[in-house]
Amino acid sequence: MSNKSDQPNMDRRKMIGGAIAATGAMTIAPGVILHAASVSDEASAGADAKHRWGMLIDSNKCADGCSACVDACNTEHGLKGHGRPATDAVWIRPVKLKDKQTGRENRLVMMCQHCEHPPCVDVCPTNASFKRVDGIVLVDRHRCIGCRYCMMACPYKARSFIHEALTEQSVNAPRGKGCVESCTLCVHRVDDGVMQTACQEACSKEGHDAILFGDLNDPNSEISKTLKSTNSVQIRADLELNTGVRYLNL
Amino acid sequence: MSKMYYRELYCGTPARYWSGLALLGVIIAIGLGAAYYMEHNGHWVTGMTNQIVWGLPHVFAIFLIVAASGALNVASIGSVFGGPLYKPLGRYSGLLAIGLLAGGLMVLVLDLGRPDRLIVAMTEYNFKSIFAWNVILYTGFFAIVGIYLWTMIDRSVNKYNRTVGFAAFFWRIALTTGTGSIFGFLVAREAYDAAVMAPMFVIMSFSYGLAFFIITLIAAYIWGDRELGDFRLTKLKNLLGVFVGAVFYFTLAYHLTNLYITQHHGIERFILLDGGVYTQMFWIGQIFIGSIIPLFLIYSPAFEKSRWAIAAASVAVLIGGFFQIYVIVIGGQAYPMNLFPGKEVVESGFYDGQVMNYVPTLPEAALGVAGIAVALTMVAVGARVFKVFPETLED
Ligand code: SF4
Ligand code: SF4
Repeated sequence: MSNKSDQPNMDRRKMIGGAIAATGAMTIAPGVILHAASVSDEASAGADAKHRWGMLIDSNKCADGCSACVDACNTEHGLKGHGRPATDAVWIRPVKLKDKQTGRENRLVMMCQHCEHPPCVDVCPTNASFKRVDGIVLVDRHRCIGCRYCMMACPYKARSFIHEALTEQSVNAPRGKGCVESCTLCVHRVDDGVMQTACQEACSKEGHDAILFGDLNDPNSEISKTLKSTNSVQIRADLELNTGVRYLNL
Repeated sequence: MSKMYYRELYCGTPARYWSGLALLGVIIAIGLGAAYYMEHNGHWVTGMTNQIVWGLPHVFAIFLIVAASGALNVASIGSVFGGPLYKPLGRYSGLLAIGLLAGGLMVLVLDLGRPDRLIVAMTEYNFKSIFAWNVILYTGFFAIVGIYLWTMIDRSVNKYNRTVGFAAFFWRIALTTGTGSIFGFLVAREAYDAAVMAPMFVIMSFSYGLAFFIITLIAAYIWGDRELGDFRLTKLKNLLGVFVGAVFYFTLAYHLTNLYITQHHGIERFILLDGGVYTQMFWIGQIFIGSIIPLFLIYSPAFEKSRWAIAAASVAVLIGGFFQIYVIVIGGQAYPMNLFPGKEVVESGFYDGQVMNYVPTLPEAALGVAGIAVALTMVAVGARVFKVFPETLED
């Protein structure tokens, strides 16, 4: 990935960000935010615009053959396979890469990148896809009509369509046949004040520590400090989506 | 020119009409049953997956919607540009446009994950989404074409015909541009990352719409034992030739620009050379059946007066057009997105870097065909109860 593309044009970003802020919410006084009537209201209830949640994945630490994070995510959100891999829901997936020039191999996990300018939200006809003020991108499953336009638009293939009726759902993530879903950045934990995603917890438990969750807006958070001192990248930075999930040693 | 009289279309014997209608009814019922089956079980019973998220129903739906806007062409030429030869065909042109759009939309809606939430789509708009705009464009199309038909049929409001005709003309250009733009917004997918996409859809709509128009017009006049002049038909045929040529030109422009952009070489190779079934559909379906055969049938002096050649050319245009949409919609998804430039995917838990396989299932096809049947039913009923077709179209 070229250097240029990893330094997206911040002016444009601010402008778009400003426009979105102007339409979505209005700041009356510092800290007091008035939301325009929009979907994000209800689901953003616990969200705080001071934060922007994100993750940093260290590709060097992601261990070959390990599936701890995937399993933990599946358990946490009640994702169960039906033995049909092409239609089963996938929120987080390991990918192993080989550099075409050098032959260097590395591994990483992909999930919804919680874009600051999410194409899935732009294309969603019913506002079912939305971004909370704290940067978490979600699908309101009561509003999703299952058109799958967001799946077409997501550059990271982060989303899954629910191809069958579901049973024994987890209370952490209400889901439904005919709707689209993706990684929620463990929003139920964030809203409960638990500052660790299920995948991060599992990865640490295995002793790999490849996943780091935290607040990108807080300069003192571990993730911000690491981002400041290392050379991280966004996947497909050329699209200028300013992803909330970043990668090290790719 | 003598005065035109329009009359409800009765075909040879009532039995023929009603059995034809019954057949269409059965096809529609099968399609609805298929939709229920897919909805009830969930989409896993279809060929669609998390990688190929839009399948055969979308191909049918987009094909019909695009054709719908083109079918209005004849009416536009008649009242907007004042073509006296086309004017008597204006009513039918409007009716066919409404029918095709209704058929396409039915397929589109019944393939949603939650068709029961259609009301959400009608009341919740995200104005950044081209899909939401399309909901407005499609609904408006029914209204405008409906009024347009009214101004054509009812003498007392006929004076507004030209104004409404203009409105309908622009509306339907917007509609096709909107449909084409659905793909234009998918920046990450190489196949769709082309500015030529929207104008290409407009010209495709001209071609498919006219082909539908010609073939159903010939059928209706045979059915109704009415006179259809060669001169008028030749005019339509020549127009079709121009449109087919234009689609061919745009296809060329699309692929040549893509070949110019290095990042798009992968997808070009895929469609043009080694994409298996998509490559075949492109060369055999879109280019040979959809362009070369019709151009030959239209321009070869041997078939100058042959009605069958005109009908065959129209059918070939429709088959080719169907393949063209198939290659765009399914082929564009089957080709993997390039998430990691310069790297090769060795392993993935979600098919990264792999060409995806899609095998459409019978229920998907049944739903799609039902869309066509809906269009034909609306035309058959509309032509019977309204004065749509001129009594005679002899030269
Ligand atoms: S990664 Fe995809 S699903 Fe997630 S926010 Fe970005 S576009 Fe939306
Ligand atoms: S599938 Fe649901 S979330 Fe995705 S674009 Fe359609 S309505 Fe929005």
